[in-house]
Amino acid sequence: MTSAPLISVSELRRTYKVKTTGGWFSPTAELKAVDGVSFDIRPGETLGLVGESGCGKSTTAKLVLGLIPATSGKVVFEGKPVAADSKRAWREQRRRMQMVYQDPLGALDRRLPVGTQAMEPLDIFGEGTKVERRDRMLALFDAVGLPRTSVDRYPHELSGGQRQRVVLARALMLRPSLLVCDEPISALDVSIQAQVINLLKDLQEQLGVAYLFISHDLKVVRHVSHRVAVMYLGRIVESGRPEEIMRAPAHPYSQALISAVPSPRARGKERIVLEGDPPSPVDIPKGCAFHPRCPLATDRCRSEAPELHPFGEQRHVACHRAGVSITSARGAA
Amino acid sequence: MLAYIATRVGRAIFTIFLVLTFSFTILAATGDPALLIMSVDAPPEAIEAFRERYGLDASVWQQYIGYLGNLLQGNFGQSLRDGRDAWDVVVERIPLTLALTVPAFLLKIGIGIPAGIYAALHRNSFLDRLVMMISVAGYTVPSFVLGLILILIFAVNLGVLPSGGQDTWRHAILPIVTLGTAGAAIIARYTRSAMLEVLGQPYIRTARATGVPWPKAVRRHALPNAAIPTLTVVGLMVGSLIAGAVVVESVFSWPGVGRLLISAVANRDLMIVQAILLLVAVCMVTSNLLVDIAYGLIDPRLRGRSGSRKT
Repeated sequence: MTSAPLISVSELRRTYKVKTTGGWFSPTAELKAVDGVSFDIRPGETLGLVGESGCGKSTTAKLVLGLIPATSGKVVFEGKPVAADSKRAWREQRRRMQMVYQDPLGALDRRLPVGTQAMEPLDIFGEGTKVERRDRMLALFDAVGLPRTSVDRYPHELSGGQRQRVVLARALMLRPSLLVCDEPISALDVSIQAQVINLLKDLQEQLGVAYLFISHDLKVVRHVSHRVAVMYLGRIVESGRPEEIMRAPAHPYSQALISAVPSPRARGKERIVLEGDPPSPVDIPKGCAFHPRCPLATDRCRSEAPELHPFGEQRHVACHRAGVSITSARGAA
Repeated sequence: MLAYIATRVGRAIFTIFLVLTFSFTILAATGDPALLIMSVDAPPEAIEAFRERYGLDASVWQQYIGYLGNLLQGNFGQSLRDGRDAWDVVVERIPLTLALTVPAFLLKIGIGIPAGIYAALHRNSFLDRLVMMISVAGYTVPSFVLGLILILIFAVNLGVLPSGGQDTWRHAILPIVTLGTAGAAIIARYTRSAMLEVLGQPYIRTARATGVPWPKAVRRHALPNAAIPTLTVVGLMVGSLIAGAVVVESVFSWPGVGRLLISAVANRDLMIVQAILLLVAVCMVTSNLLVDIAYGLIDPRLRGRSGSRKT
């Protein structure tokens, strides 16, 4: 797969000014929500973005969509820059990139029937005649597995899984080439999660849409993604094919994440439990941001921030000690 | 929807019945009007005759049953002062009160809602803060204080408007402004917070991410959803159209229902007080009922559901 990327993100940064204490005159500090993130997504491909809460996944999603302006860095989508400030071009890009959020009930207006809401994107961009729009909506309801009778229902009358299907149908209404899914299934019951995941995969096969799939759940991400990027404190620390990262995670943070995934085979295996909480993004540690929690940290890690460098085939790691296993290092000690 | 309305109407009627019973009981418990109206040193025969004439010699229980029976026949009893039909005495004052409260109500809505929406859409701007400051001032200053301040400025110092009475339309201006200010302030605050709440909802963000232009997202998604909480406050104000001007009518010597109530209470004119309380209760309950029904129309989640509201 060497086709031109659908979307290309380079050195994306977003910082917020925050007050260190509550007072009016307290000094402000810089919160680095996203700190130099780069990735490509090719047409029809899924990039999974994993990381714990607060690591900048959702901010990345908003930046990619141009919903908030970036502090620096560039997003190029289908050859054109995505900028949050240019109105017409930005609106035109909405046709091609859409978003699915975590909470399907919140994402729907409770006052309008779901069919009307799903058709809204078509209405707004004035696509086709009224009859054509309705046909398109019905076709997509079929595609996402919603009964046609649900068209006139209100959000509160549907189940969580059905609501997420409505949200998906609406997002796909304009035939986008990129769908950003921000924790699309974490608000759903486990049994429904699998259905929606499979639906996402089927839709990708049928429509050739690319996904930026954001989740904190590695086993879900592994299931849907062609490539995975692991984020920690606003940076990508490891990226590559999911099966390889799952089999042999090179970054110690990935190792810890993967050892936390419950699996029947891992029973009895030692789990890597990280100490402490992730540091505040206002006060990112010097050197490698992960070093205070890393069991493998050396003096170099404490002073010099590692760059993302190639590590094996189609894989990148930002770690001075990439490839050293925490468990075997512990065993040797 | 029908079942929904039927439950609400049933409850409304029950509420009115409760108000009737409570007001009757409390008024009956507060003393003998005969003594006050006839003066204490009146001959016992005259007081006896007065009691007999207005049925005050029967037991409270019998009086209550008799009162309810009369009500059901549309008879509100007679004024203890001049023997006129209580209902007629009250009804002739209603247009005067409405002449103040209806324009004041329009003023509240006309200023409060646009100001609230504007403030929400321009959150933290200079004008937002200004609107909110004025609104805090507007509803913390009691109406009698505001009324007196307005009289001081416009009647005493500038001499452009009369300070009281109700001869011309110019007499109505100050009372209307006084009544309207606090209401506008309250509506502005409610509208603003309702709008802010809705604007922060994910479906607004989703609409934006879908490419819905901002003005359209506001019109189609934000305003209708923010209307629901705002409607509650406005509905309560509709209910106070009759009874909401008691204080202001006194300040401006405006001979409406409010002043009638005050003088009737002072004179222990039981039947007049009862008639006004009943009228106020009916207004309040009706406006609440209308709000409930309007909820059902605006919010599909409440349709076809009687009883408890689900949020």
